[in-house]
Amino acid sequence: MTTPNAPTPASPGDGEHETPSSGSSPAPLAKGTSPTGSSSTSPPSTDPAHSTTTGLRPHSGVGDAVRLWWDAQARPTQWALGLPLLIFIALLPILQIPVLTTVGTNFGGVMAQFGMYALIAIGLNVVVGQAGLLDLGYIGFYAIGAYTVALLTSPSSPWNQTGDGGWLSQDWAWLAALPIAVAITALSGLLIGSPTLRLRGDYLAIVTLGFGEIVRLLADNLDGITGGGRGLAQVAYPRAGVSETNPNGVFSAGSGSGALNSGVWWYWLSIVLIVIALLFVGNLERSRVGRSWVAIREDEDAAEIMGVPTFRFKLWAFVIGASIGGASGALYAGQVQFVNPTNFNVINSVLFLCAVVLGGQGNKLGVILGAFVIVYLPNFFLGRTEIFGIPIDGTQIAEYRYLFFGIALMVLMVFRPQGLLPVRQKLLTYGRELYVAARRTIKAQDSELHDGAHHRTGRGSTGHDSTGHDSTAKEQA
Amino acid sequence: MSSHEPGGIGAGAEHGEELRNPEQGAGTGPAEKDLPGGGVEEPVVVDVADVHPELADPTVVAEKVASDREVHTAVGEPLLRMDDVTVQFGGLTAVDGVTFDIRRGEILGLIGPNGAGKTTCFNAMTGVYRPTSGTVVFDGEPVGRKKRYQITQLGIARTFQNIRLFNEMTALENVVVGTDARHRTSVPGAVFRTPRHRREEREGIDRAMALLEFVGVGGRATDKARNLSYGDQRRLEIARALATEPKLLCLDEPAAGFNPAEKESLMDLIRQIRDDGYTVLLIEHDMKLVRGVTDRIVVLEFGKVIAQGTPDAVTSDPAVIAAYLGVPDDATA
Repeated sequence: MTTPNAPTPASPGDGEHETPSSGSSPAPLAKGTSPTGSSSTSPPSTDPAHSTTTGLRPHSGVGDAVRLWWDAQARPTQWALGLPLLIFIALLPILQIPVLTTVGTNFGGVMAQFGMYALIAIGLNVVVGQAGLLDLGYIGFYAIGAYTVALLTSPSSPWNQTGDGGWLSQDWAWLAALPIAVAITALSGLLIGSPTLRLRGDYLAIVTLGFGEIVRLLADNLDGITGGGRGLAQVAYPRAGVSETNPNGVFSAGSGSGALNSGVWWYWLSIVLIVIALLFVGNLERSRVGRSWVAIREDEDAAEIMGVPTFRFKLWAFVIGASIGGASGALYAGQVQFVNPTNFNVINSVLFLCAVVLGGQGNKLGVILGAFVIVYLPNFFLGRTEIFGIPIDGTQIAEYRYLFFGIALMVLMVFRPQGLLPVRQKLLTYGRELYVAARRTIKAQDSELHDGAHHRTGRGSTGHDSTGHDSTAKEQA
Repeated sequence: MSSHEPGGIGAGAEHGEELRNPEQGAGTGPAEKDLPGGGVEEPVVVDVADVHPELADPTVVAEKVASDREVHTAVGEPLLRMDDVTVQFGGLTAVDGVTFDIRRGEILGLIGPNGAGKTTCFNAMTGVYRPTSGTVVFDGEPVGRKKRYQITQLGIARTFQNIRLFNEMTALENVVVGTDARHRTSVPGAVFRTPRHRREEREGIDRAMALLEFVGVGGRATDKARNLSYGDQRRLEIARALATEPKLLCLDEPAAGFNPAEKESLMDLIRQIRDDGYTVLLIEHDMKLVRGVTDRIVVLEFGKVIAQGTPDAVTSDPAVIAAYLGVPDDATA
């Protein structure tokens, strides 16, 4: 590595922009090359200057600038800012902001669907984004979650437990079925995962694709249990907020009208589940488990040789992803109060994957954004005849949504393969102070650049270097 | 343009990448395998002494680095014993009845010409390949059919001939993955943040940081592994392997691609590792390095041990000279 001892020409721009900017600063340096070549080895390796390269680490985009700013805030400030933002997002369907709201369909219903997709994206992100296991049959878990609730609570199901002699009370049947659905999908994840997770890459993708289809075909063909193509109707929902105007409670499909309808209530319920899932997954990410997942994604063999029980943690990823998908399926069954096999086809499975890839694999907030885009955009165009005064045929656009998603993905893969919000893992529970120090160093470098100063605050003179540092210095030679 | 904003706006990512490449290419050649368009990350050197003042003292670092695991084998006794190990791939016998010991506390060199079976030997030891016949006994326990991660937990750690780091993780995280080999927290513990989880996290990060300082990449702790220079990546691999608290550290050509000065400092590091209580197995081509640092050498050729002993004895052995330098013309004439 060469060690030009001039300041970093830390331009975010390309070569053309680079030259004038470094020319304008007193740095005698063009295009990041050392004027004296690699033989100028004077500064110790620990001098920040040795890392002279272009582009700035945490500033490479608006998102990073926001993140940097956010991380710099104290905890209370983060809460003070984050909570109102969350409340604002939760109140979106009530506020009915004209530019945001959907014309052709109920906004509350759209947001409820977004909530489910977001939950799915979080679960799928564990499997695909973190552990790097390409799962094309994730819809299978969603279906199992939905069918578990439906089978337990629908009067047309042979296993209905809400009627006479059943052990589920009519009012709380959905809530009681939710943990059961989660447990059963987790179990199915374990059953599917144990044989298939010995496969890798493409083979795993094909097997999981098959699994998703098997679940759908079973639902379609087990007429006696699942009702086949007719599906299961009158699935239970939480009976809360019963009033005279809402005899069946706020979660009933027919409840309310206008802004505050059942969709909004389901949206809020899904937000609660999303927050729980985020805490759950977040804690895992900053632990041995999350690190193992990322290590497996990066290099499975190396991970195993470094002592990671890869199979066990892959199975955990599968089980955790499955159970979150199952929770989302339960939400779906309760909201729609009806399940049938057509909703659980491959297209939807790919759509889930699309949300994850679009949003940014591995980034929890990113995949939620991806889910929002996938759900919201088609509904936004639905029924719209003009946008900012330009006449459009929104319904047509919405109908071609798969085409547009396809194009969007291709464009994304070319220009931003890491997704809308690229991943910035935090894989450590503690030790943030080092990262803060790194940020401070960057800030110092920046301000030096702005001052045009040559001065460098190297640490070579602090006298604490172990031999390792001397040797890196030699390495520079 | 004079007031260019380094807080700058997206888009520059790919271009920035192009720019840095020629410069770094001139050096030790960092493994610059970025995902296309992956965010450019400028290496940032953190002042470790600022954050962890206690790491300013090399003796403290060495103390933290030292493994506190109990080794059953006494110093000088065979820690690992390869007993008549044969590895076959189809009809090809890569390792043929190899028998040798690695004694606790020594630096053993495993040398031989290309294709002599050094790395296969290594892989048989670390569980990557199963020996076709023969046994590997490590610290009194047969390695046998143990899984690879169990062998690591048993106490054999290794680096790779072609660097295999977790590129998207930071240097520190890479090493913490190594320390996780000694941790027992699983999903429930992590979800509920049990006291054990928190203790393991604290200790792991603490030890990982000391290890990074020890190998000399402490300042780059928060950089992604892929952004480290080639030499730093090699050192990081050693730190990651040491993090698993091995009883035996196996280094597979750690000096590949190093210049003489870098080799020199690597030799220092290997000696330090040994002095810290580890046993080291070193596969290396470079005779100078091997002679300079090892206590004993085992020479392989065509999958067989052709000589073993002290560096001086081995390098003057006619069979070794023949294997390495070829038979002089006048001898064959």
